[in-house]
Amino acid sequence: MMGRGLLGIEDLEREDIELILETAFHMKEVGRREVKKVPTLRGRTIINLFFESSTRTRTSFEIAGKRLSADVVNFSPSSSSLTKKESILDTAKTLDAMDPDAVVVRHSVAGVPKQIADELTAPVINAGDGAHEHPTQALLDLMTVVEEKGRIDGLTVTIIGDIAHSRVARSNIYAFTKMGAEVRVAGPPTMMPAQVECLGVKSFRSLREALDGADVVMALRIQLERLAGALFPSVREYSATFGLDRAKLRYAKDDAIVMHPGPVNRGVELSHDLANRRPGVILDQVRNGVALRMAVLYLLAGRKPGATEER
Amino acid sequence: MAGRVWLRGGRVLDPASGRDGRADVLIEDGRIVAVGDALEGVSDAEAVNAEGLWVAPGFVDLHAHLREPGQEYKEDIASGGRAAAAGGFTAVCCMANTDPVNDDPSVTDYILDRARKESPVRVLPVAAATKGLAGEVMTEMALLVAAGAVAFSDDGKTIMDSGMQRRVLEYSRLVEKPVMVHAEDRTLVRDGVVNEGAVSTRLGLPGNPAMAEIVHVARDLLLAELTGAHLHVAHVSTAGAVAHVREARARGVHVTAEVSPHHLTLTDEATLGYDPNTKMAPPLRGKDDVAACVEGLADGTIDAIATDHAPHAVHEKEVEFTAAPPGVLGFETALAVVLELVRSGALTPLQLIASLSWHPARVLGVPMGRLERGAAADVVLLDPARRWVYDPAQGFSKSRNSPWAGRELEGCVLATWVGGRLVYQQGRGVLFP
Repeated sequence: MMGRGLLGIEDLEREDIELILETAFHMKEVGRREVKKVPTLRGRTIINLFFESSTRTRTSFEIAGKRLSADVVNFSPSSSSLTKKESILDTAKTLDAMDPDAVVVRHSVAGVPKQIADELTAPVINAGDGAHEHPTQALLDLMTVVEEKGRIDGLTVTIIGDIAHSRVARSNIYAFTKMGAEVRVAGPPTMMPAQVECLGVKSFRSLREALDGADVVMALRIQLERLAGALFPSVREYSATFGLDRAKLRYAKDDAIVMHPGPVNRGVELSHDLANRRPGVILDQVRNGVALRMAVLYLLAGRKPGATEER
Repeated sequence: MAGRVWLRGGRVLDPASGRDGRADVLIEDGRIVAVGDALEGVSDAEAVNAEGLWVAPGFVDLHAHLREPGQEYKEDIASGGRAAAAGGFTAVCCMANTDPVNDDPSVTDYILDRARKESPVRVLPVAAATKGLAGEVMTEMALLVAAGAVAFSDDGKTIMDSGMQRRVLEYSRLVEKPVMVHAEDRTLVRDGVVNEGAVSTRLGLPGNPAMAEIVHVARDLLLAELTGAHLHVAHVSTAGAVAHVREARARGVHVTAEVSPHHLTLTDEATLGYDPNTKMAPPLRGKDDVAACVEGLADGTIDAIATDHAPHAVHEKEVEFTAAPPGVLGFETALAVVLELVRSGALTPLQLIASLSWHPARVLGVPMGRLERGAAADVVLLDPARRWVYDPAQGFSKSRNSPWAGRELEGCVLATWVGGRLVYQQGRGVLFP
């Protein structure tokens, strides 16, 4: 995978994931220093090409690049080819001509990072595409679970919510199953993608059964615009059936950890106290996000095929 | 008009008469004057050695988009007609979703006038079923037929209002022309762009369920039964739709159906790379659906192979998968692609040729698709084994949107005659007009 970009966890081998995680733990150490900067990517250029607005992920990539001393440029063209009258591929090719060492792409439509990667010489990192994948999120989630549980193999991971529209769910399903965990999904039937078992998971309609014996519980953000798509009747009903609180969490293992990709709709998918629980796993996810993205940038932008290696 | 052409020693496939064997075909003054074993005493004829080749009736395409008037940057009647001739087609139906819509006899006149001047093949206009394809007011079917329309269809602007569809079918009895339906319940399709199932789940793209087609086919079959009208189901793509058509036929409903080369040979897995040139409406389906379409064609449930030739410009396709217009080119690859069904043993050569010529002609009730004495000499000469690599940039269509671009294909059209005139010859290109 390395050198070809990071488009999704589906394309990765277990060994790739292990290498990224190992590198990420080294990078995390940099974040604890007083001077949080290493010269590793000095003179390299990273473009954050975000067609879909994002503060958290873009900031995380930006900080990651800067901690490695790369020059990070943010480019956020508004909306799609259709309204802009410039095709996404033309935009990407234009940026490619400026010789970046990596391009980080986010788009609201699945597949766009792949379409762009097919045209570019620079490696492309998918920072989230539609309901397809969000690979760095899944990798940072793995990192967080390794820190909490010491392992992934043999764990039971339950993902709750709108699986159909979630790129976080898809990437996490691939990531955790490849690393030896059992992954379960639960949510309203209208939010389950067709033939979800093809992803290698068990699906549940009962939250209680899905949580039984779980080591890791991951709640997904519910998007209120799904109400209009007739996917669920009300926030109140969702919160009552699939919203996680202390009472429902009792079905999981006593030491189960609760994760969320953020931002949390408090009182909807997570009760207020779970969202604020100590120790704050959810904020660890954010912290690890920077280290993990440093690792990915280092592995992809740090080695340029054909270019002479600098030390 | 050309004089006499003597096609010697080819494998003559004429589904109307059931002939499949070595024979000569003699063309004179635009008509077939003799078909038989080693004709003798033929003089003053241009002899064409057809040894080892197939001689068949020119293909009749029930479903194509020529984009003229209004979208000539994608295709026009001249370029579409040339691509059709190169694909062995001698007559093509053009859908009404032009700009302006073909919902008025003046537009039909215009299309036929352009075709006479510019197209090497016959053009058979399909008029809109409702004005502006809006599903509200039906078109002047009698006047449109008088102008030359051969069928009626709102195609992709499927008539969702059941009461309106009933009236359209009922009124079509006046002109006794088929009503062609693009059967997709839009309320079930919603924003779906790929077949709903494992592939849509893996891609994270909105799914278009098979049930959207099945529900709509079931409704229209019942309305056809109610009205006695001739319903033609366009580009069938699901096992469920094939089963409903088969069952309706058995109970006497006047229904015919077509299937596209892509729905016969490609599955939804072709979309796994997010290539917008694999985006069609209806979408590519699963393995079982493809198998059911092939079986439906083999057992006669589905009458015809129709290309749904749908040119779109490169800049329209090189966008996000959801934003790309659905549809792919069909004329120049159709034969090679569907010959795969003969090689796999699913169809006999005669069945395949029937589904490309005699059967679609029968759906329209036009005197085409046969190689009998006295018939207009619409003839194709083809080599079922020749291999070639398809490059849309080298083709005759103005557009390039094909899932077979760059692929090696087997089976090649060598020559096409329309009304006895050689309009296309492999290696020489389009010769007329």
